[in-house]
Amino acid sequence: MTKAGLIKFRNDFLDHDITYSFLHSPATIIAALVTLVMFVMAFGAPLFTSYTPFDPGSLNLMDAFIPPAWEDGGTALHVMGTDGQGRDIFAAILYGTQVSLTVGLLSVLLSIGIGIPLGIIAGYSGGWVDTVIMRIADIQLTIPPILIALMIDGITRTSISRDLHEVVAIPVLVASIGIASWPQYARITRSGTLVERNKDYIAAAKLIRTPVPLILLRHILPNVIGPTLIVATIGVAVAIIIEATLSFLGVGVPPTTPSLGTLIRIGNSFLFSGEWWITFFPALTLVILVLSVNLIGDWLRDTFNPKLR
Amino acid sequence: MAVLDISDLSIEFPTRRGILSAVEGLSLSIEAGEILGVVGESGAGKSLTGNAVVGLLEPPGRVSGGTIRLNGEDITHLSENAMRRVRGAQIGVIFQDPLTSLDPLYTIGRQLTQTILTHQKLSAAGARDKAIQLLSEVGIPAPERRFDAYPHEFSGGMRQRVVIALALCCDPCLIIADEPTTALDVSVQAQIIDLLKKLAREKGVATMLVTHDMGVIAETADRVAVIYSGRLVEMGKVRDVIDTPRHPYTRGLMDSIPQIGQNLRTLPNIEGAMPRLNARPEGCAFNPRCTQTLDRCFRHVPPLDTTADEQRQVACWLLTEQENRKETAYA
Amino acid sequence: MPEQVAVQVDSLKVYFDVSPPLVTRLLNKLPRQYLKAVDDLSFSITKGQTFSLVGESGCGKSTVARSVAGLCRIHDGQITINGTDADLPAARQDQRDAAEQVQMIFQSPYASLNPRWRVRDIVAEPIRAFKLARDKADERQQVARLLEQVGLSASDGEKYPHEFSGGQRQRISIARALSSRPKFLICDEPTSALDVSVQAQILNLMTQLQDELGLTYLFISHDLAVIDHMSDWVGVMYLGRICEITPKSELFANPRHPYTRMLLATVPDLQGKSNRPTITGEVPNPITPPTGCYFHPRCPHAEDRCRSERPTLQTHGPTRVACHAVQEKRL
Repeated sequence: MTKAGLIKFRNDFLDHDITYSFLHSPATIIAALVTLVMFVMAFGAPLFTSYTPFDPGSLNLMDAFIPPAWEDGGTALHVMGTDGQGRDIFAAILYGTQVSLTVGLLSVLLSIGIGIPLGIIAGYSGGWVDTVIMRIADIQLTIPPILIALMIDGITRTSISRDLHEVVAIPVLVASIGIASWPQYARITRSGTLVERNKDYIAAAKLIRTPVPLILLRHILPNVIGPTLIVATIGVAVAIIIEATLSFLGVGVPPTTPSLGTLIRIGNSFLFSGEWWITFFPALTLVILVLSVNLIGDWLRDTFNPKLR
Repeated sequence: MAVLDISDLSIEFPTRRGILSAVEGLSLSIEAGEILGVVGESGAGKSLTGNAVVGLLEPPGRVSGGTIRLNGEDITHLSENAMRRVRGAQIGVIFQDPLTSLDPLYTIGRQLTQTILTHQKLSAAGARDKAIQLLSEVGIPAPERRFDAYPHEFSGGMRQRVVIALALCCDPCLIIADEPTTALDVSVQAQIIDLLKKLAREKGVATMLVTHDMGVIAETADRVAVIYSGRLVEMGKVRDVIDTPRHPYTRGLMDSIPQIGQNLRTLPNIEGAMPRLNARPEGCAFNPRCTQTLDRCFRHVPPLDTTADEQRQVACWLLTEQENRKETAYA
Repeated sequence: MPEQVAVQVDSLKVYFDVSPPLVTRLLNKLPRQYLKAVDDLSFSITKGQTFSLVGESGCGKSTVARSVAGLCRIHDGQITINGTDADLPAARQDQRDAAEQVQMIFQSPYASLNPRWRVRDIVAEPIRAFKLARDKADERQQVARLLEQVGLSASDGEKYPHEFSGGQRQRISIARALSSRPKFLICDEPTSALDVSVQAQILNLMTQLQDELGLTYLFISHDLAVIDHMSDWVGVMYLGRICEITPKSELFANPRHPYTRMLLATVPDLQGKSNRPTITGEVPNPITPPTGCYFHPRCPHAEDRCRSERPTLQTHGPTRVACHAVQEKRL
């Protein structure tokens, strides 16, 4: 791209309504910054901490139950203190956030990967195809996603060995959360498809005998995907919560690769003996992360489709 | 005294890229029993004018200047509550789509009597009698039987009649009809036109008929106001404006309407399209499409010229030029 | 040169299933219900001419258009499109397909263009579908030429539909329709969503293209003045049936069918004639149409025979009319 082109692109970008709306929403700016910082710190964890909290060899029981740096007995070496095994809480949170974000993002990708195609096919075909797909979605919606995830997780647990389970735990978790929440994406996509399929540009494509898969891919998909992706942003926050809940219940990720939920569960048992920091900091991180992602999702929804409000 | 008197009305939309002025310095008035047609292309500002009169401008749109007087009383900046009272008691509103004006959950009888009782001191039975009388007035056959029907049980034309009956509930002195026939079939359209005419003649209602259809105006209105890009460009008696349009836009518009029996292979037309509000050129807004422009047309907005004839107003520099030349010739 | 038939439609029937849902139907022992949107309709279009269908909303004219285009499942009947051009040696299947295909111009300038596509891709879509371009450069050249042909510039291809006005979008729609070099175009109310001054531009473009490219049009409109301007032959439709097929000149000079007469009487007239006959009633519900001649409840000339026996099209001079009164020389 030429320099003039770049400058024009920059000016167009700065002048765009979306940029304007973003720059005039302080909450969204803060949320975006927080999310960005959390992303960078989680996925670049070794850059921000020298501890490897989940390598049992590097732990020293002598360091157990050190309170945060500003409390009596605290040390600057462990800013947020340590847990019962001498694990640095700050480091654990960084690695835990990494697991939570990974599970959250991958499971939403899976949900929209199932939900969008099914929604488009249901909406475009109509008739019995539509009925079958949407009734399955309806039935699934009557069961809370947590229960579905619990069920899928339970089935895999009983059908494979314990050692193998440690390896496939995260994929299973992604699959359970992903499968549990496709219906809402299918619904949004379907209702968009119902509107678009009767528009005349679809008729124009049919006139020149465009094959149906191409109509779906080139005409319908680009026009219905927007609202679905916006809802998916909020879906990431929901998926992180579901993951945390499952891990808190002990059916999520194994303790060898803990997520925020696992950390909260571990710390929970020490809450009443005074070691509040072990559960407090992971919980605070979870709240801030989910809140930020939700704020971004809300802003996207309001900016791109005020009617969804 | 005119029932409705709009003077120098301006409507604007503040946006972050600046203020868009949608209507600029518009003045018109309607006498009792008169139908004034307001005609223009979509986006010209004709519906906005109607909405401003009834206080239904959609925010962020707002009246930024001028006054609207109803029977001499200034209603330009009334509070929402006060405006609602005026709307209910003195102004009847008819919109394009009859379905959106009626509540699908209530029978039309109930909607009518409710409206009557809100604004008039009548017994329930009295209100019912009045509602039935209104329904028969707007041409609904067997109104006693139709009284308890729901809106979906009516055809499009009958629904629009019900909307008109609703607008008439409180004996309004002014009716604002915004594209009242556009959503209807041609054969029904003619019936609604006749009804509006009858109301003006028999009840002395002043009517502002907002439409894009010159044919409807020709059959219905007494006078017509032509709006282009937010400004009044020509106003006068319907026959005068249609038979001898004087503004180049009105002339082009009249020529471009296909007529039965014309037998032309090519219709005369105006090149281009009306400018968007944010791209209105300097001077006369019609100058990019006009074929006979003067230097002045690109610099100054032509004023509405009323010197020649009180009944006929045209905003065009060409005509001012001609007047001047005539005057010089006399001198 | 003998007149060639470009399009032949024989006893076309299009029924829509409007039965209540299966469970409701079984519970209440209701039969299946069909809406006869098009009921036994035949016409043919001579090459290079325009055949128009006119009627009120719900008369089935758009359904005919969609059936001829192949967008609608037909219940019965035959549609022959004889697009294969004699001077074109149709060697390749692609080319034969392209020649026999139908293109269409739609009513809404907003819904007929994919908002996510650039104009050049929209116009190139049919070229790609029928492999009419040798390579990318050839395709680009064809698109540029098409855009210029419809009065836009080649650089407009880079823009998205929302950057254009309604009239310009309709031009894009026409460019797309022409890009696969069809001989036959279906125009479904192509100007009814446009402002009058823009309507004239689009109508002129369509007649000009017809003259240049020898196109055959099936033209759908509810506007008799537009029909008069565009057509060679006109079919008047009422409730899914044709009640009169006639050369354009005859339709306006010598209308036969009482419904045609009524339609003509409803056209709002710029001369503001006031001696219009009163029009009553509305189009009945097409699911439960009247017996015999569908128009008899609104017809001033209806007799017993009209109530029981369905009239068929009979030749009267150049016109074919389905009316007992005309046949019995009562009218």
